[in-house]
Amino acid sequence: MTMPDTILSAEQLTKHYPLRGAGFSRRTGIVRAVEEVSLGVRKGEVFGLVGESGCGKSTLGRVLLRLEEPTAGKVFFAGGNLGEFGKVRLKQFRREAQIIYQDPYSALNPRKQIGHLIEEPLVIHRVGTSKERRERVAWLLKVVGLLPEQGPRYPHEFSGGQRQRIVIARALALNPKLLLADEPVSALDVSIQAQIINLLKELQAEFHLTYIFISHDLSVVEYIADRVAVMYLGRIVELGLKKEFYAAPVHPYSQALLSAAPNPDPTARRQRIILTGDVPSPINPPSGCPFHPRCRERQNICSEELPLLKELAPGHSVACHLR
Amino acid sequence: MSKLDPMKDLLRNRSATLGLALIALIVIVALIGPALAPYNPLIPSPLDRLKGPSFAHFFGTDSLGRDILSRVIYGSRISLAIGLISVTISLVPGTLLGLLAGYFGGKLDSLIMRLMDVLLAFPAILLAIFITAILGPSLPHTMIAVGIVYIPHYARIVRSSVLSLREQLFIQAIGHLGGSHSRIIRGHILPNSLPPIIVYATLGMGMAVLQAAALGFLGLGAQPPQPEWGAMLSEGRQYIQLAPHVAAFPGAAILFLVLGFNLFGDGLRDALDPSLRSL
Amino acid sequence: MEPVLEIKGLKTQFQSKGGLLTAVDGLDLSVGKGETLGLVGESGCGKSVTALSILQLLPKPAGRIAAGQILFEGRDLVKMSAAEIRRIRGNEISMIFQEPMTCLNPVYTVGFQIQEVLRKHRQMSKREAVSETVSMLGLVGIPEPAARIDDYPHQLSGGMRQRIMIAMALSCHPKIMIADEPTTALDVTIQAQILDLIGRLKEEIGMSVLLITHDLGVVAEICRQVVVMYAGKMVESADVKELFAAPAHPYTVGLFKSLPKIGGKEGALSPIPGVVPSLLHLPAGCAFHDRCFKSKPKCAEEPLWREIRPGHKVRCWEPEL
Repeated sequence: MTMPDTILSAEQLTKHYPLRGAGFSRRTGIVRAVEEVSLGVRKGEVFGLVGESGCGKSTLGRVLLRLEEPTAGKVFFAGGNLGEFGKVRLKQFRREAQIIYQDPYSALNPRKQIGHLIEEPLVIHRVGTSKERRERVAWLLKVVGLLPEQGPRYPHEFSGGQRQRIVIARALALNPKLLLADEPVSALDVSIQAQIINLLKELQAEFHLTYIFISHDLSVVEYIADRVAVMYLGRIVELGLKKEFYAAPVHPYSQALLSAAPNPDPTARRQRIILTGDVPSPINPPSGCPFHPRCRERQNICSEELPLLKELAPGHSVACHLR
Repeated sequence: MSKLDPMKDLLRNRSATLGLALIALIVIVALIGPALAPYNPLIPSPLDRLKGPSFAHFFGTDSLGRDILSRVIYGSRISLAIGLISVTISLVPGTLLGLLAGYFGGKLDSLIMRLMDVLLAFPAILLAIFITAILGPSLPHTMIAVGIVYIPHYARIVRSSVLSLREQLFIQAIGHLGGSHSRIIRGHILPNSLPPIIVYATLGMGMAVLQAAALGFLGLGAQPPQPEWGAMLSEGRQYIQLAPHVAAFPGAAILFLVLGFNLFGDGLRDALDPSLRSL
Repeated sequence: MEPVLEIKGLKTQFQSKGGLLTAVDGLDLSVGKGETLGLVGESGCGKSVTALSILQLLPKPAGRIAAGQILFEGRDLVKMSAAEIRRIRGNEISMIFQEPMTCLNPVYTVGFQIQEVLRKHRQMSKREAVSETVSMLGLVGIPEPAARIDDYPHQLSGGMRQRIMIAMALSCHPKIMIADEPTTALDVTIQAQILDLIGRLKEEIGMSVLLITHDLGVVAEICRQVVVMYAGKMVESADVKELFAAPAHPYTVGLFKSLPKIGGKEGALSPIPGVVPSLLHLPAGCAFHDRCFKSKPKCAEEPLWREIRPGHKVRCWEPEL
């Protein structure tokens, strides 16, 4: 997993949350949000992470950037073990890896001017003089498509799409190398989504950024990602290059997911794979393969043994007994 | 631009404006009243005892012949001072404790809140009596007592505010950017917690005055001959049937002050609530 | 044949602190028996307000229907009294909302909530209501329905809750169901199940559906007719195949161009520049003209609603033909 151009990698990363029973603080269960995930993100790529609610993609993102401590496993950033970073190194890491959030409405302090919000990372890390910071903020505003004169305004004066641009400007303030984009366009109107997606693409090219792009929207991920990883109940079930993945998904869940995505083409009468049952809860995951209760192709082995991610073709891995 | 909006919303609210007017009236009386008061509020005048309202004495005289109007005027300073000082004594430690408890959680939170619960378990008046009994009855001690009594209220309000803010994305984002706890608390949590504090403080002014008046009523607050409204009310009790004006005017003064702060505080709460703001 | 629901010239307004806001301005639509009509648009276009207007669910006193008719099987809903509308609501016209958790009462079991509807509108006895509830839950695909009727909403997943809402909405065999973003809050695989279910039920009980959504993919799946709204006005109306094959209004065209599609071609998306104008500060004439790629001086004048092809109507001076 540690190829020379890997910027971030994970080894058997696991994150569990204990559930507290009401009133007595006795553990009544464990939420297995992320289970034994190993992956490597290459410098300059857009790594897409898809899955439905409860699959653990957001949690994985947070653990990868050490916004939360893993229960087990390791994360490596630029060769160093992220879990072993001391206070100083960790603070420096925050300059190198930033986050774009899903909800632009709650990601900005409503009582601060947006200019100050964008400047704040620079202040925290004591970058530049006051004048230099103001110039950088003005430049950042332009880069994301806003006007420098809008600096003294407050967040509520902006629309959702514009607020997301402000969030992006703030994330870029310290010149990060890696950006975690957690559902960055899900809360926005369709016509604005396209604006933000285009912006993200341009910024990636201009600043040589690496993205970890989390989304439940497969069409958006196909558009922007280079590689795609599909998660189900805390595990990666398929990982591959975008073109190959979308052309021919291998894992039964991936196939169902792609077939379920509504297609804006009324003339296409596809054979849809309709899964039975609900997305199960990560508190009581099924035995063996997490997907087997809903899988049309399941065999006995699927409920008994957990399938591991194995490489079927160069760069394309699947966790399934039947492939 | 946004900072002016709450003021506009506030002034549009008629009862809040009324409240503000009442407060302003009392403040003006406190500032310049004593210069305009017709009589010395402290010197007794046995010949003029218990005279009803007249042109010579607009509010009448009390049992020692002192002019009630003048006493009410001087008393306004005392009451406002009680309000301000008591609220400050409650607010500063209360906010600090609430911030620490809410932000850091865990054992610190449990410890602080249990302490607050102990304080809250006592009825305010009982606690105030207890403290003044220990310290000795006097006006400054009353202010301290009333101040201490309300610390847990501020602590709870601030803690609850902090708990909900702590989960907000924009707060977590500062941590993600590398910001320290101190920066988060000072720069982001505290400013966002201010509205409920401000509102409670405004309402608290009225409450503090009432508590002090009650203590004064019981003889534990301002000592004679200080013209504190509560003490005046107490004194007037004996003459309710004979000379009701002795209790009525200080009572009305208390009423207007508390009403003023309550109306203003309610209006302020609505004005500072961003969900109620105009489009 | 008479349409089940016909809206003529609906105008709904809100009194807000900033002034009088016209959320829906002159909407016409018509849903036939067994048909599904999609009402499409982004936030602020007026589609949800339309749904609320139909069943007199507008917040009072701020919102009111200023003009227009809403004809349900010929009867004008706007003119009905509160009591008359209550008899129709949940009974002949039912509605499901986007967020199933906030529409189900958390302190009653789901079985109770469905039975409540049945006993009120179909005057069933308790025993009959229970048995009908179990069969409704089975109909919407809830496993072990007899056990589920004693569950509380928070014990069920989002997909199940939405099915409960659908069961509630269907329990009185309504003539038309208004579905306001019914699957937006759901996972894609659950969305597929729910859409499939709505489609089947439509066939089985001959129900019409007014589907309100911003998701063009969903529209393509189950709608036959589509009306596109922008800033309170309808801007285009057509049969679904026609609309997707040849959208005429520049806004619709822009929407299609800005959608990432699976299997679509590479290259930048073409977003629509600018933002939706505030309903309090609409530009003169066509509300879209300042974002439109073919804006002309004439657009400062309100365009007329006209038919450019049979069954395809547009409000634009220069529609794409």
